[in-house]
Amino acid sequence: MAQPLPEHPDFLWRNPEPKSSYDAVIIGAGGHGLATAYYLAKDHGLTNIAVLERGWLAGGNMARNTAIIRSNYLWDESAGIYEFALRLWEELPAELDYDFLFSQRGVLNLAHTLQEVRDGRRRVNANVLNGVDAEWLTPDQVKEACPIINTSTDLRYPVLGATYQARGGIAKHDHVAWALARRCDEMGVDLIQNCEVYDILTVGGDSEHPRGDGSRPVGDGSGGRVVGVETALGRISTGTVGMAVAGSSWDLAQRAGVRLPIQSRPLQALVSELFEPVHPIVVMSNHVHVYVSQAHKGELVMGAGVDGYNGFGQRGSFHVIEEQMAAAVELFPIFARAHVLRTWGGVVDVTLDASPIISPTPVEGLYVNCGWGTGGFKGTPAAGCTFAHTIATGQAHPLNAPFTLDRFETGHLIDEHGAAAVAH
Amino acid sequence: MPKEGLTLLLIECPYCGPRDEIEFRNGGQAHVPYPADPSALSDRDWAEYLFYRDNPRGRFAERWLHTAGCRKWFNAVRDTAIYEFAAVYPIDAPRPEAPADSRPGALHHSAEAPSGSHTGARPHSAEAPAPTSSSTPTGEGGNR
Repeated sequence: MAQPLPEHPDFLWRNPEPKSSYDAVIIGAGGHGLATAYYLAKDHGLTNIAVLERGWLAGGNMARNTAIIRSNYLWDESAGIYEFALRLWEELPAELDYDFLFSQRGVLNLAHTLQEVRDGRRRVNANVLNGVDAEWLTPDQVKEACPIINTSTDLRYPVLGATYQARGGIAKHDHVAWALARRCDEMGVDLIQNCEVYDILTVGGDSEHPRGDGSRPVGDGSGGRVVGVETALGRISTGTVGMAVAGSSWDLAQRAGVRLPIQSRPLQALVSELFEPVHPIVVMSNHVHVYVSQAHKGELVMGAGVDGYNGFGQRGSFHVIEEQMAAAVELFPIFARAHVLRTWGGVVDVTLDASPIISPTPVEGLYVNCGWGTGGFKGTPAAGCTFAHTIATGQAHPLNAPFTLDRFETGHLIDEHGAAAVAH
Repeated sequence: MPKEGLTLLLIECPYCGPRDEIEFRNGGQAHVPYPADPSALSDRDWAEYLFYRDNPRGRFAERWLHTAGCRKWFNAVRDTAIYEFAAVYPIDAPRPEAPADSRPGALHHSAEAPSGSHTGARPHSAEAPAPTSSSTPTGEGGNR
């Protein structure tokens, strides 16, 4: 039998009215915003804070991802932060006293060309050097790990091998958010839903912007400082604002005069109807462009790459779904009779080097966590922990120091396109 | 000018007419000229040219390539919230004046917060129409 989900919990947090001022305001009550509030309270003793959410808690990309967790990134900087995230994932169920079904069932990244075999082997070696568990599997070993994969050699893109991370897996994303929200609430953090932030108010500098009328400030914000936010529930005073708003990052930051190197793209995913457990592992294929796992409840969860244009519609192009299904059926002939039950899209915030931005900005008191693109879920705890450090101290944590806005000027990019085992 | 209500799925190439979206590649923001005096640019200016692009929710002037057709580049003004094209025009032409929208409120439409009291105040791209096109597309859009 498929594994039943935990009972839907009772209300896990208060729904307070916002106070007129806070020590810090986090914008966005998705996984990253909640994790940030959690670590601000836990590690830095900052509890007079609010997390403001436009819609409902964890209803944005946190509700729209494929819940895959892994840390097998190529570059040292990425391995550092994603492996840190994975270690936090391993601790969090006990720490939060909440079983959010973190299942370390293993992640396969398939190679279909000779170049992918070389890149995969290189990445395995890099991972091992960085203390990240990784193995190279032959096609026979792939078949053993996931018996329903078609490893015959007559495919257009045959499986030539795979990297394998045994500690990778999936978690139940809603429950992750609820676990964090419950603990934040217990520590005194105000979680405020239906509270869209219209404007970030600043004074001083070349982009003074204290009016909250949505007009676009001039300048890059340098020299200014944050004094509050204008929201659907009125003005809230604060000297510290942390943004964790993914696809809305560019739009919101520019209201404080800060320009971000972010483009917002649709990213789609879909599920089938429920099946008995047939698919024991997470399988990702960059080349034919699909990734598949089977959720605890039994549905097949599949994702693909982002759409090729900027879009905020939380829907993407149909042809992406069509190509993704073709790839899935080629790799898993057993899926041919499954049906697409539900498709949806999120708005992901991509950078040109496919790596995140966790950074102070030219505006004093304004911090951004964005640019996670298609890989934000797995990074949730590390994003929260390092972003909280950055907000509380004004300085980047060693793990996110490579991921500040400076890199676009110094040229020290962390180019995970292709290197990160999957397209972004 | 595209037919009313043309959204993604069907894109109007100014040379070939309406064709399937899969024949096209998006080339990112239009009207980003190559720096006139590259040696005079600071690191900050280079960063701006290489990595920073507008990303508005609403109308956006962008480049498209009819990859599987005439292989010509052209520009389009498209609403990134509702995916509707407002104009297509040659790569070297200035951005056209915004024509009347076929859908009321579409200009600042937000899928998540329809008819919000603030929507009229959403800041718009301050992009200035420039007659020169960039010589090469950025890597953007190549991330699939």
